[in-house]
This record gives sequence, structure tokens and C-alpha cells, in this order.
Amino acid sequence: MTANVPRRRSLAKVEGRQALGFATPALVGLALFTIVPVVLSVVMSFFDWPTFGEKTFIGIDNYIRLFTASPDFWPAMRNTAVFTILYVPLNVGLSLVLAMALGPRIRGRGALRVLFFIPVVTPMVANVLVWKMLLQPQGLFNGASESWFGVTLPNFLADPQWAMIMVVIMSVWQGVGYNMLIFSAALEQLPESVMEAARIDGASGLRMQLSIVVPMISPAVFFATIMTMITALQVFVQPQLLTGGGPGNATQPLVQFIYNQGFKFQELGLAAAGAWILFALIIVITALQFGAQKKWVHYEH
Amino acid sequence: MSTDLQTSSVVLGDGEHVEVDRKGRTRAPLSAAERTRLVIAHVLVYIAAAIFVSPIVYAFFSALKPNSEMFTMPPSLVASEVRWTNFLDVFAYGPFLTYIGNSFFVAIAGTLVVLFVSTTAGYAFGRLRWKGRDAVFVLFLATLMVPAEVLVIPMFQVMQWFDWVDTYQALIFPFAFTAFGTFLMRQFFRGIPYELEEAARVDGAGPVRSFVQIILPLAKSAVAVLSVFTFLSFWNSYLWPLIVTVDYNAHGTLPIGLASFSGLTGTRWDLQMAAAIISMVPTTVLVIVLQKHLVKGIAMAGLGGR
Repeated sequence: MTANVPRRRSLAKVEGRQALGFATPALVGLALFTIVPVVLSVVMSFFDWPTFGEKTFIGIDNYIRLFTASPDFWPAMRNTAVFTILYVPLNVGLSLVLAMALGPRIRGRGALRVLFFIPVVTPMVANVLVWKMLLQPQGLFNGASESWFGVTLPNFLADPQWAMIMVVIMSVWQGVGYNMLIFSAALEQLPESVMEAARIDGASGLRMQLSIVVPMISPAVFFATIMTMITALQVFVQPQLLTGGGPGNATQPLVQFIYNQGFKFQELGLAAAGAWILFALIIVITALQFGAQKKWVHYEH
Repeated sequence: MSTDLQTSSVVLGDGEHVEVDRKGRTRAPLSAAERTRLVIAHVLVYIAAAIFVSPIVYAFFSALKPNSEMFTMPPSLVASEVRWTNFLDVFAYGPFLTYIGNSFFVAIAGTLVVLFVSTTAGYAFGRLRWKGRDAVFVLFLATLMVPAEVLVIPMFQVMQWFDWVDTYQALIFPFAFTAFGTFLMRQFFRGIPYELEEAARVDGAGPVRSFVQIILPLAKSAVAVLSVFTFLSFWNSYLWPLIVTVDYNAHGTLPIGLASFSGLTGTRWDLQMAAAIISMVPTTVLVIVLQKHLVKGIAMAGLGGR
């Protein structure tokens, strides 16, 4: 027994060295491409940091400028908020209904699932371009409504209110399949015994779905809501390509604002500061959701 | 395609009817009300699917139109002629083939890097004992919280320092070291019984050998899931390539290339739609082929929230 102890210790040492070998690629990559940029980003946000040329330390001026002097910042905050508030409930609600509707008794559910999942994996740019074509003043929606019903629809992408609504609708269309698949996976893991018990107790149909099924998959709904909200706060491609952030700045979200500051106006410091505000926003909202989960998320314990 | 509806009625000894589906599971027989509900559910689901898929169908037919007839009144599905040549003209219009080639190269190389890094690190975190392991792992997970938008701005600066702006390296490496893959592999490796590896160890196999010959082969499904998700994220990535690529004609990837059919002289909607349809093909095929694994993978990765 006693002779074993030093041997075991040296074994642990050997294993430690081997582990270092295995973990090194990941550690180096993480340091170079995450830790360094994160630290650098903090530093940059306190500098006047043009893409090329002299960098000067300016303290928290970038942050002050964002909140007081930058004409597009508050509209970008508002647009991000509006997008998130419209997009998240629509996406989560619709994907939940779809997942429940595509129950085991639906013929062809596998094929239907694939169909709803296709826009998720298609390059977002391709999706946006398709919708841009549909939403042109002469496009399918306007053209059909005018020539078949004599109703002139608004110019969807040029009207400040409609542009945002279309960005939301297009985003829901492209994103709903992902949450649907998460909910489907959760629904399939439901213990049959509980469902059976509920059925024997007389639960069926909508009642069954609302008071048995939804609470049982509430952890999945919680998870999907958080992830969807995080992606909503980071929305970029849809407004960038569908409306260019316009008309004016009516659909320009925070990430597009950050992108423009950094890579159009070459003010990397200001862009970095904007990115940190976005990060803070994400953290706060996620924390609030975790705080609220006790009220509606049921874990089995 | 699932055929769960095809159940057969089986008469038990006491004369009670029980439905048995093709997989042999028994089911309670449907009451009349339930049958009606099921029919309504089918109708609603198929209508929803039809509405859902119509933009892509319309885009496909639009890709067959001449550009001048793209927006006719009233709108029509088929124009005066059906131009299959649009799908070929896409390649003549610009360096579309280069975009596709770049996308494949970057996505495949990126996936290989991610697989290598994630499996090795997952092995170190999941199956080897070393000092500080858990602390380093927490740091790993913490990096998952940093949004890409925070990273891209300093990352561009780092690329300038490396002199990597407008290179393939810059498209492949910066986002290939995410903690997600390491986390996924670690979780999977932890579930493999230790006895399997110990037997090999006793026989004198080092960790490299037991990693390559025992652990990796057992992790095939996890590796498959990680590959698909990684490939898709590289294939569809837009913001980072937009920033780090300067000469789009040389290093542009597909999403960048797709936007290039809108120029100063107007938009070639016909070609743009043809290009969009072409870009949807590889990912759609991937999803159809790997449908079952995707659902399993999403459940397995703990993405089900349990």
C-alpha cells in the first residue's frame, strides 16, 4: 500500500503533462482569439482608436459620446428593443405550437420537420434576398394584392413602421425551425407514464397540452427563450440586407450601429464601447430571466 | 417519411381492440372526437407548411424568369419563357464558382480545426486528471457568454497585427476555438465507461493511443453532430467574412457573393434568385440526410434544456 503512494503521485504528474498536451491547442486558440480580443476590446473602448493612425486615450468619452452625442445610438437601442419584443414571443410561441402540432400521429412529420428546418440552415443572406424580392413595391405581395383585389399595399421596406415589421416576420420565418426542433426533442422525452396518467384522469386535447405538456417542457421553453432573446439582441444580417437599416435609421439595430461605427466610420474605439453596452444589456436581461424562472419553470426534483 | 398513422387493429382475447403501429407499440384506439381532431390537425399543419415553404417555391420559379419579367402585374409563377440557363449564367456573371469554392474550403478546414481542438481538449477536460482542470474549464465556459460583436472589432485589430486581413487563415481560425465544441465533447466523453480505457491502459497503451483507438471511435455520433453544426456555421457566416475580406473576388465566401448581384446598374434579380437557390442546395441535402441525427444531437447536446 505505502509503496503505491509515490507511484500514484508520479502517475498523476505524468497524466497532468499529457493533459497539457491535449489541451494546448484549445488553450492557445482561446488565449489568442478570445482572451486577447476581450482585453483589447476593453482597452480600445477607452481610446480614440481609428483603423489607421494615432490612438489617444480618452477615458470614458466613448461611452459618454454614445449616450449624449451619437445621433443613431438611441434609435438603435430602441430598434433592438422593438425587434426583440416582437420577435421572441412570436418565434417561441409559433415554434411551440408547431412542435406540438407535429405530434407522433401526424403523417409525414419527419418531412415536415425538415421543411421547417431548411431556412434555419440556409445562408441567411439567401433567405433575406428572397424576402427582399417578395417585398419589392412590384413584388409578389404588392402585385398580387393590387391586381387581384385592387388594394394598394404600403411600400413595405420604405415605410418606417412596416420595414421593422417585415424584418421581424422574415426573421421569424427563418428562425422558427430551430426552436421547433428543440421543442420536438423535449416533447419526445416526455415520460409516457405521466401522459397516460393524465389521460386516465380525463385530460385531453388543448387542456392536456396547456396544463400538462407545456409545464413539463418548460425547462426547454425557458432555454429556448433565453437563447432566442440573446440572438434577437444581436440581430444584424436581416436589417443590414433587407432595409440597410432604413428608411433613415428606422430598422438599424445595435449591432449594425456598432458595425457602421467600426468599419464605415473607422472609429473602432466607439464601436468597442457600443459592443460592451450590448454585452451588458445581454447579461442583465439574461440574469433577469433566470431570476424570473422560479415563477414558471418546473424542474422535476 | 414517418407513417405512424398507419396502425393496424388487433383484437385481443377478450374482444378489446388495440391499435398497433408499425414499430409494434400499442396505442389506445381513437375515439370519433379524436379522429376529427386529428384530421383538423393535419389540415392546419399542411396549410402552415404550404405558407411556410411558398417564399422558397416562388424564389425558385423566379430564378427561371428573364430579369425583365421579374415584377409583372399581375404576378405570375411562370414567365413567357422558362430560362434554365439562369442557373448557368450565375457562374458567368461573376466569380460565383470562386465564392462556392472558398465557402467549401473555409467550412471544411474550419470544421477540421474545430474537431481537432474540441476532441483533444474535451479529452483533457473530461477524462484526464490534472491540477486546475476545473478552474480552466469554467474559464472556457465563461467565454461562451461573450457575443461575437464584442469580439469582431478587436479581432480585426489582431488580424492587422498578424497581417492576416484578407487571408484564408483569418476566415478559418478566429472563430474555430469556441468553447461549445470542447464542452460538447467533454460531456460525451464523460459518459463513456472508464473500464474500457483502463483495460487498454493496463495493456500499456498511452493516452494518445487510447484516445485515438478507443475514445474517438466511440464518439462518432457526437463528432458527426459537431461537424454538421460547425460546417453550417462556417458556411452561413456573414459578419466576420464581411469585415475581414477586402478583395471579395479572391477571398469572398458564398454569403458575400450572393449580395454581389446588386450593383450600381441595378439588381439582376433573376441571377440573384438562381444563386440563392443554388446556395440552399448543399445545406438542404445535409439536413435531409442527417435529419434524425440533428434531432438527436440537439437533444444530446443538452440543448433540450434538461
